[in-house]
Amino acid sequence: MDTAAGVEACLPITSDMDLVWVRQHVRQAAAQLGFGLVDQTKLVTAASELARNTLVHGGGGRIEVTALTDGPVPGLRLTFRDEGPGIADLDRALTDGYTSGDGLGMGLGGARRLVHEFAIDSAPGAGTTVTVTSWVARPPRPRGEA
Amino acid sequence: MTGGFPQHAAGHVPVLRLGDVLLVTLQGDLHDSAAEQLQQDIGEAIAAHRSRGVVIDVSGVEIVDSFLGRVLAEIAAKAELLAAQTVVAGMRPAVAITMVELGLTLPGLRTALTAEEAVRGFGGTDPVLRTARTRLGSP
Repeated sequence: MDTAAGVEACLPITSDMDLVWVRQHVRQAAAQLGFGLVDQTKLVTAASELARNTLVHGGGGRIEVTALTDGPVPGLRLTFRDEGPGIADLDRALTDGYTSGDGLGMGLGGARRLVHEFAIDSAPGAGTTVTVTSWVARPPRPRGEA
Repeated sequence: MTGGFPQHAAGHVPVLRLGDVLLVTLQGDLHDSAAEQLQQDIGEAIAAHRSRGVVIDVSGVEIVDSFLGRVLAEIAAKAELLAAQTVVAGMRPAVAITMVELGLTLPGLRTALTAEEAVRGFGGTDPVLRTARTRLGSP
């Protein structure tokens, strides 16, 4: 799989200051890969939700940022890992309005709606890994251009 | 014109006073701790200045996640109990689109297209204030 320089990264998520770095890095990576403004905003918002989950519910962890290509289409994969208590009931955790903390309960379900692909791997005592991927939507080529 | 609050660490958001309206400008990335401090500052400023309104200018905000959404909703709820109305002004279209997909429609939160419009709305009978539901619901 091809990768783009300057996009690959593994950042720690151990404080609310790290959430700021995560948002900035994901924004920069998405812009560099050619994501449009709305798609950048969706990805950064999803990253913010998931990174906060890693921090608050997982007790901290890390994010891995990977650039992908599917033929000519660039994409961005974000993997959030923690070694926290894990999630016993995944279906319930993905339900809007369900929260074990003091948030709005929009984090996981909301983040899933903001990306193209969403996968979660978790078990009680085994930590949680959330992987999301989005692809750059290419606007149709204007007429007359080769 | 400022509320005369002590300076805090970097990331602190100042609360400005414009007559009987408070103006808060959020810029770029807001730290969680700064957001919580801001809620407290606004409450104190409303009580100290008997402000009728709080205008939160979010034109410089690149994303609103559920944490910041909750902060905005809580500021509005607290201001309401102190007899002041909160207007969120200048939201970027990309932020509005993302918030709706995230599920954060913040019904009841008033919005205006610009901070100027929002401040003017407190001055007269200009019907510039709309609820978030109306604005976010339109394409």
